[in-house]
Amino acid sequence: MKPRLPRTPAAVAGAVLVAAMVVLAVVGPPIWGADAERIDAAAILQGASAAHPLGTDSLGRDLLARVLVAGRFSLALALAATLIGGLAGIVLGALPSVLPGRPGRLITGAVNALVAFPGLLLAMFTAVVSGLGARGAVLGIGVAIAPGFARLTQTLAATVAGSDYVSAARMLGVSRRRILTGHVLPNIAEPLILQLTQALGGALLGLAGMSFLGLGVQPPSFDWGRLLFDGFARIYVTPEVALGPAAAIALAGIGFNLLGDAMAKAAARTAAAGKASDAAVPPDPGEPDPGAVLEVRDLTVAFPGGVTPVRGLSLTIAPGEIVGLVGESGSGKSLTAAAIGGLVPYPGTVAYGRLLLGGRDVASLSGKELGTALAMVFQDPMASLNPALRVGGQLAEVAIVHQGAGRAEANRRAVDRLGHVHLPDPAARARQHPHELSGGMRQRAVIAMGLMATPRLIIADEPTTALDVTVQRQILRLLREVTEESGAAALFITHDIAVVGELCDRVMVMYAGRVVEELPVRRLAAEAAHPYTRALIASLPDMATDRDKPLASIPGRQPAPSEVGPGCAFADRCALATDRCSAERPPLIPYGEAGRVACWEVK
Amino acid sequence: MRELHETGPGSPRRVRSRGSRWVVRQVVRFAVSLAALLVASFAMIHLIPGDPVRASLGPAAPIELVQARTAALGLDRSIPEQFLTYTGHVLTGNFGTSFLSGEPVVEIVAARLPNTLALALLATVVALLVAVPLGMWAAVRTENGRNRGTEYAFTTVTGTAVAVPEFLYSIALVTVFAIGLGAFPPAGKAGAASYVLPVLALAIGPIAMIARISRAETLRELGTDYVRLARAKRLPAARLHLRHVLPNTLTATLTLGGLLLSALIAGSVLVEYVFAWPGLGLKIVESITQKDYPVAQGVILVYGAIVLVVNLAVDLALAALDPTSKIREA
Repeated sequence: MKPRLPRTPAAVAGAVLVAAMVVLAVVGPPIWGADAERIDAAAILQGASAAHPLGTDSLGRDLLARVLVAGRFSLALALAATLIGGLAGIVLGALPSVLPGRPGRLITGAVNALVAFPGLLLAMFTAVVSGLGARGAVLGIGVAIAPGFARLTQTLAATVAGSDYVSAARMLGVSRRRILTGHVLPNIAEPLILQLTQALGGALLGLAGMSFLGLGVQPPSFDWGRLLFDGFARIYVTPEVALGPAAAIALAGIGFNLLGDAMAKAAARTAAAGKASDAAVPPDPGEPDPGAVLEVRDLTVAFPGGVTPVRGLSLTIAPGEIVGLVGESGSGKSLTAAAIGGLVPYPGTVAYGRLLLGGRDVASLSGKELGTALAMVFQDPMASLNPALRVGGQLAEVAIVHQGAGRAEANRRAVDRLGHVHLPDPAARARQHPHELSGGMRQRAVIAMGLMATPRLIIADEPTTALDVTVQRQILRLLREVTEESGAAALFITHDIAVVGELCDRVMVMYAGRVVEELPVRRLAAEAAHPYTRALIASLPDMATDRDKPLASIPGRQPAPSEVGPGCAFADRCALATDRCSAERPPLIPYGEAGRVACWEVK
Repeated sequence: MRELHETGPGSPRRVRSRGSRWVVRQVVRFAVSLAALLVASFAMIHLIPGDPVRASLGPAAPIELVQARTAALGLDRSIPEQFLTYTGHVLTGNFGTSFLSGEPVVEIVAARLPNTLALALLATVVALLVAVPLGMWAAVRTENGRNRGTEYAFTTVTGTAVAVPEFLYSIALVTVFAIGLGAFPPAGKAGAASYVLPVLALAIGPIAMIARISRAETLRELGTDYVRLARAKRLPAARLHLRHVLPNTLTATLTLGGLLLSALIAGSVLVEYVFAWPGLGLKIVESITQKDYPVAQGVILVYGAIVLVVNLAVDLALAALDPTSKIREA
């Protein structure tokens, strides 16, 4: 399968420029060859004129014709240098995987040393040795190109040589040479060909540079570099004579570079994004709840291409309350948290009927108000502290930026908060970098960061998933303690319904972007009504679980946000599902004491 | 340090000894490369087909002169003997004398090296100062595929700028700003104004390249959890980008900048030629075209040694800055 070139203007421009060069190399000499060599003693060293748009040289020859004719020679030399360099490099790079032991290592070492040298130096050295002229320059540029190829071949060959199928071939007693020709080379051919294209552009520029310095092509032969050499000598009198060869070299360089970029991109292409879609307009949200810390009505998060990971979600959190938001990965629970915090990544769009934090619309809050009223804790404590900055500084900046504290005062607060989350020796820890702390300590530090101000709401997005089981316990206890002390409410997001039972007051179960059930935690074990919630609870092993039987699991998988139909999203996996379930979506209606459920089969 | 932490107790000494072994290996590699460079520069004269002295003096030179010059250079002795003499001379700072002027090569190098280094260093500094903010700005503006127009313009402009060789920039700058506008001197080294055009010509390509790296690095950083958390803290944009993002992008960018310096020293050959800049680059071109082999030999040796020193310095500095860096392995 050949990767197709993307149809971006850059790729097209690159392809057109390179194609034009090839055409010029073919037709240039036959068409303009005679003009390029016609000596006219009456018109020597002229500037631009109607008869000679780019002027004439010291023998009165037309420079435009000479530029057009020189394309073939320039390209041919570049091609020769690339082939020499490519061939030498590939052989050098492949040898270590064929030669055993010391000679192989010696070649590897030599290649590594040569790669560090600028190509121009290698080229000049070679040119001195092999004599001035086109031959020396081509050889020199070839030598300059070779180490890069050798290094690439080596790296690629090492990757392939470490693969399972080569190990298998080795086990079967296939010879080193056969492994190289039969397995290694075919698998590295494509990147090498790509590199050849890019090297061709580099060789063309390198040769032009050598000729421009007078170290390459010598008269009476001429390439673009040599024409530029001649033109540059006259730049004070008639600058336009340098224009033709300069433009030709620049266009060739740009053409090869754009084409090479496009080819590299095509080789490593990722899926393209779909078209944008607008989030649906939410229905009228009704009256706000004055007592709530957080009130969300009809929250929808949509991405281009009709993907809607969160659909019409509503939730309310009272002061001091810990609400668990449970769901499988992909149910939209983390995006719900991101939407509340205003952190949905572009190009996602957020729509809501109401999104109030402490009674005020989140969109109307300033960065300072939101930064102090809302604390967030993410899943991976290894990743949520900046490795370049000290732990204490990352805490202190909240106070400095949002509360106008001085540096010393902010640092003092940071140490105090770190002690508050039971980090041993907080003053020393504050001076350390994150990598010097364990995972559990880092998560404590992140929680302490949220406590720098006086948060109304703490959103914890799977804060214990990345931690050891014993540490999980401690962090859960800390979260409970922190909310009780500060009076802050918490939204605790997890895929682990067992954790919810330990920590939360109320639980909301999400499935495919919607809440399917909501109920107080104390009723969770016995009175859950939705088939999905019940299946989740049933899948939890406890002391009574028969260990000889396989663990219970829910058959099927959750539909992706783009493939949810008109009915209940769980219908395909539900034992109770009827025709109505797949045709019509059940609304979330009050059920039992302080609960809500969305299911047609719950009566 | 990170390794140290994750490998648990008992490992610090092992880690440190692995680190020092690495340093020793780098220094040994440097010494071996230097020795190879010495051999190569010695071999250069002997690899030239025919008689280098005859080639240099031309076919009309009397045979006595050629013989005298050959004897003076020691080229009539055996190769191992010559190599020992050459090595001894180089180690004592004697690089021979110019065929043409009779000047000691060491003096030529000493007079011209500072001019070349000044150009390369200035260009590196200018490139970093312009490119890093440019790349960061482009990354912030085009994060997650927003502002496709900016992204497109950025990649096209930098992609094009990278593809144009420095001697074309030099010629264009001379034509427009020196000959056309007369704003800067077209050639030679005379005062601060004469630095502007050559430094610019050297820096444009690296600016484009570093800006691309800086943008890629910044985009990677912007996607990390700790930047997400910093955003959740509602830090002002300047603080977020300068304090949280920038330090983490610098290792890769500065490595490239360091390696660029050695490339710039070589790239200065063409720029010096265009601006008639009295540096080593101009001298090497002159010596090659004039077949002044001792000068070419000495200058190539010095150029090569500088490249090796810069590379070693970059490696060691990086190892000291970031002990867990994987960049230096690449």
